[in-house]
Amino acid sequence: MSESTSTRRPRSGRRARRSLATCAVLAAGVLVLSACGGSGFSDTGSQGSSDGASGGGQLQVLIGSSGQAETTAVTDAVAAWSKESGTPARVSAASDLAQELSQGFAAKTPPDVFYVSSDLFNSYAASGALEAYGDQLSNADDFYPVLKQAFTRDGKLYCAPKDFSTLALVINTDLWTKAGLTDADIPTTWDQLKTVAQKLTGNGVVGLSTSAEYSRLGAFMAEAGGGLVEDGKATADSAQNVEALKYVQSLMADGSYKFAADLGAGWGGEAFGTGKAAMTIEGNWLVGSMASDYPDVEYEVVELPAGPAGKGTLTFTNCWGVAADSKNKEAAVKLVEDLTSSDQQLSFAKAFGVMPSLQSAAQPFQQEFPAQAAFLAGASYATAVPNQEGVSDVITDLNSQLEGLANGDPQAILQRTQTNLETALKSSGS
Amino acid sequence: MAALTTPSAATTPVTPRRRSHQARRREAGAGWLFTAPALALVLLFIALPVLMALWVSITDWRGRGSPFAAGVPVVGLQNYTDLLAGGGLPTQDLGTALRNNLWYVLLVVPTQTVVALLLATAVNNRLLRGRGFFRTAFYFPSVTSSVAITVVFLFLFGASGAVNQVLAWLGINGPNWFADPDGVLHLLFGAVGIDSAPAVLADHGLLGVSWWDWLAGPSVAMTALIILAIFTTSGTFMLLFLAALQNIAGEVSEAATMDGANAWQRFVHVTVPMLRPTLFTVLTLGLVGTWQVFDQIYTGTQGGPAKTTITPAYLSYTSSFVNQQWGQGAAIAFILFAIIVVLSLVQRAVLKER
Repeated sequence: MSESTSTRRPRSGRRARRSLATCAVLAAGVLVLSACGGSGFSDTGSQGSSDGASGGGQLQVLIGSSGQAETTAVTDAVAAWSKESGTPARVSAASDLAQELSQGFAAKTPPDVFYVSSDLFNSYAASGALEAYGDQLSNADDFYPVLKQAFTRDGKLYCAPKDFSTLALVINTDLWTKAGLTDADIPTTWDQLKTVAQKLTGNGVVGLSTSAEYSRLGAFMAEAGGGLVEDGKATADSAQNVEALKYVQSLMADGSYKFAADLGAGWGGEAFGTGKAAMTIEGNWLVGSMASDYPDVEYEVVELPAGPAGKGTLTFTNCWGVAADSKNKEAAVKLVEDLTSSDQQLSFAKAFGVMPSLQSAAQPFQQEFPAQAAFLAGASYATAVPNQEGVSDVITDLNSQLEGLANGDPQAILQRTQTNLETALKSSGS
Repeated sequence: MAALTTPSAATTPVTPRRRSHQARRREAGAGWLFTAPALALVLLFIALPVLMALWVSITDWRGRGSPFAAGVPVVGLQNYTDLLAGGGLPTQDLGTALRNNLWYVLLVVPTQTVVALLLATAVNNRLLRGRGFFRTAFYFPSVTSSVAITVVFLFLFGASGAVNQVLAWLGINGPNWFADPDGVLHLLFGAVGIDSAPAVLADHGLLGVSWWDWLAGPSVAMTALIILAIFTTSGTFMLLFLAALQNIAGEVSEAATMDGANAWQRFVHVTVPMLRPTLFTVLTLGLVGTWQVFDQIYTGTQGGPAKTTITPAYLSYTSSFVNQQWGQGAAIAFILFAIIVVLSLVQRAVLKER
């Protein structure tokens, strides 16, 4: 990466001018390549993945942390496990998890235990980098089926869902009452959502704001009964999906729904926290950032309103991957089992606002965090974001189209996605 | 030198012609010996990785273990054909990236060269007071971390950032820069009433991107990045021009004055032609650097909005590190390499002294 920077900084005339062209051209090529070649081979992973990993003794745990709270919580949990089991382990927080894992995989010295996001799961599993340890877990049956599904490939559960989150409707209670709305007005259908969004709009406030991406608008598709992939088949251009996007468009036409970027915010939570939007659709990570960034904003979390096909929401999850090249897989699996235990997950929930991936932990979680009941309720009807290989590219492309949804043609957007999705699913062989 | 220190050369009777031939060979040998350490380093750290990347680009290596291990599937040119002729998402993405980067290059290279030349001329002026200060000021952006500058620009060009506030004083409602995917040329076409693509342009295209979209121009977001690039690199190239300007003897300019040339004529007909080698350097370095733009994209926009700021270098990175499609990522890098080589050669031919 740094190489591409340095090309723009010429090292002043140290070569004869005649040969400069040749040199520049040669250097260009080299620098282009080193941008992707260098880090793959020669660097055995200076950031936390190399040291001690080959020793077989100490377990290396690499996490993509959301912040200091998460790093501390995981470090403490792992330290407690180490003390109990006698296996030393070290936690490092990656600054760029995908890149650091790539270095470890290429050098065959990956960390033993690490976070795997659901959209990268299939490509890691396909390369053989992940150990399929699901059958060694005693608590495997306790995970929510929708989460297990995300980390199952060829019928094998590869890794344990770490925790999960779902989308819900978040309402600014001050703006709600100011608009003359009461608890009885909390929307449970699309029509009601449309009405309250209109009522909340005005005086520099927009009724509803989210970021322009499938991982938010997909909830509307789910509520309409649609989705991108069903039974391994691309269903992006279904009538249900078109209906969902048309509904969103109608809200935008009213001016009661705007994308966060159009409000000058980075994401829905920022638009909501700064009071530019009265409602947003976000996951439980919002709770943490509201507490730290916008502690004065009063809000309430309710389930997303039902669409024509009933309730729907999206779920997001990560898993604890164990490297196939790990020298100490047995201990690694034991560590994961400990980290995904009910007690441990509940303490993580307390520390950094995630929901336990175990069904048996739902009850205690509900008691502890009654305000987050809506997120948890979503677990029973949530659908996962499709994560077959190549699909994340298709979703990125869909997101880029959704940014122009206000004046776009939903049918055309979904048609293009359908074509891309069919190609991706064909080549991923699922 | 080699001949003097070797006894055999002194004692053996040889014809002068052969002797010089032999001496030259020895010199060559010594030359190789002296350059060997540097050469070894170059081969090890430059040539070898290039060849390794070339190998990866013809495999379907998935990033685990060595790409040279047995069992890594070799797919030949498939990564290249997928990218250049596949018609699918990889082709569209590459097409979009090349479109974005082409506009970036077209706008950044000439502008930064002209600005650098003007700045250099200005600070080379003996009559300018505080030259040292201005030289430092203009060069400052070049030595600042590009990440830091990108972050500052993100704030400056934010929806309610400084730039838009200044525009507001002038009664202009500024765009939401980094969130606006509209092409600048499309906006201009729109202003003269051409809102949608003529069928000829919409139905045909290159690399999965219609001609109409090729003609979109840089998006508003990319325009902000273009301004950023000009801002940061002009100072660097100013330094090159300044060095060259200071090499031009004052007599040349005096002679031109004696011949009756005014300041502008002296600049265009005397100074600029004498700067040709530096101009060539600046253009080449500019071309190479702009085709490889990565850091501003990575830290700033991540390719958004609507993919209007993805560039081949960034695409190569995401294919490799994010999607684990290492072969495809390496292939993109080589396609970019080919483009840079061809364009540099074209530029060399154009600027050749006739």
